[in-house]
Amino acid sequence: MDFSNRYILGFTLTICLVCSLIVSTVAVGLKDQQIFNRNLDKQKNILFVSGLAAADEVLSSDRITELFGNIETLQVDRVSGKILRTVEFGSYDVVKAAKGEGSEKVKNKAHVSSLPKFLEVYRIRAEGKECWVLPIWGNGLWSTLWGYLALEPNGILVRGITFYSHGETAGLGGEVDNPRWKELWPGMTVFDPQGNLVLEVVKNGKVQDPSRQVDGLAGATITSVAVTYMLEVWLGEKGYGPFLAGIKGAIQ
Amino acid sequence: MRKTRQLLVDPLHIDNPITLQVLGICSALAVTTKLETSLILSVATTFVLIGSNVIISLLRNNIPGNVRIITQLAIIATLVVLADEILKAFVYDISKQLTVFVGLIITNCIVMGRAEAFAMANPPWKSALDGLGNAMGYSLVLIFVGFFRELLGSGTLLDITVLEKATDGGWYIPNGLMVLSPGAFFLIGIFIWIQRSITPSLNEDE
Repeated sequence: MDFSNRYILGFTLTICLVCSLIVSTVAVGLKDQQIFNRNLDKQKNILFVSGLAAADEVLSSDRITELFGNIETLQVDRVSGKILRTVEFGSYDVVKAAKGEGSEKVKNKAHVSSLPKFLEVYRIRAEGKECWVLPIWGNGLWSTLWGYLALEPNGILVRGITFYSHGETAGLGGEVDNPRWKELWPGMTVFDPQGNLVLEVVKNGKVQDPSRQVDGLAGATITSVAVTYMLEVWLGEKGYGPFLAGIKGAIQ
Repeated sequence: MRKTRQLLVDPLHIDNPITLQVLGICSALAVTTKLETSLILSVATTFVLIGSNVIISLLRNNIPGNVRIITQLAIIATLVVLADEILKAFVYDISKQLTVFVGLIITNCIVMGRAEAFAMANPPWKSALDGLGNAMGYSLVLIFVGFFRELLGSGTLLDITVLEKATDGGWYIPNGLMVLSPGAFFLIGIFIWIQRSITPSLNEDE
């Protein structure tokens, strides 16, 4: 069949318009639901990592909202480590802020390009379960690992760790979200009495000091080392360091 | 004209898109480390394949020949974005693991292959069936591979432990090859072997 050039132009333009109209309508229409899901997923992970919800508990969205009532979302000045204000969960996007105004480029091996002016910290107030939850991220082997690290009220011992999003090889690096590996973390010492970061992930089977060394994932050395690099940048003095120095021994 | 039944049944076995048309191998390697992701990608691909076949078949007499490929691509891409957005809105947990791969459906050769080879020359109803048939043939291989990779590579099925791993106190030592892409090559090879043993007429002439 022969078509005139005019027809061809008109046809392609129409197709493009119709397609883009469909895509944008759907994207806008579903956006609220998607953001809701994303926030809910983060809240769920904060509940799990802090121990507020049992690891095998199935959480409905109502239950998540209810439990999250025990959690304060705090904005912290990164450089001074001071708590500035309480904000509503989801109102501040720390990841976006890390690229935005006032962010600082920091040399690090976790390939975190820059750190935000204000950090977000979650304070868990439920009785007997008090702790801090800190968002962390950094590059693994294939992907960025997004997670949370929960610290005891004194800021020295680990309560738990979780990675809620990553694209590592399933069965190898992907085991960072395996409950059995995450079980190794609680009780680990993060800082020595002088305030130096001592917590690290070591090569699989090479643990010498079980109070501060986490056994790496078998067959996933790069992912394991990446977690150490993430701890270095986030718990260092450019990251949560000043904040943690301020809270040591005092959560009330 | 092929019969309706053949449109559905042929792609499962004697005209399977992966093992005989050799299309869509890439995603068969990438997403099949777990059964769950294999299943969801099968559903998403089925949606896109039927959708694109029907739409392209409806437009087939109006698509100018010299821009047909890009037209097909635009339609397919739209459907893929739709599928991705819907997954994100309604099954967030699964979309988190899959979102990269769903985007890759665009590059799945089966979708464009069927659009070009079938939908451009056949009416919508037949094209829909052809899409469904090929999607099922693709899914069949994907699920076969996903089943064995998860079972042998992680000792689980749909995340439920079947073979207790030695690291978890059981007896099973997972096969590391299975969680890597080459493991899928072996499984697809075995699948082809079985297929050709059952139906020797599929073998090429010596």
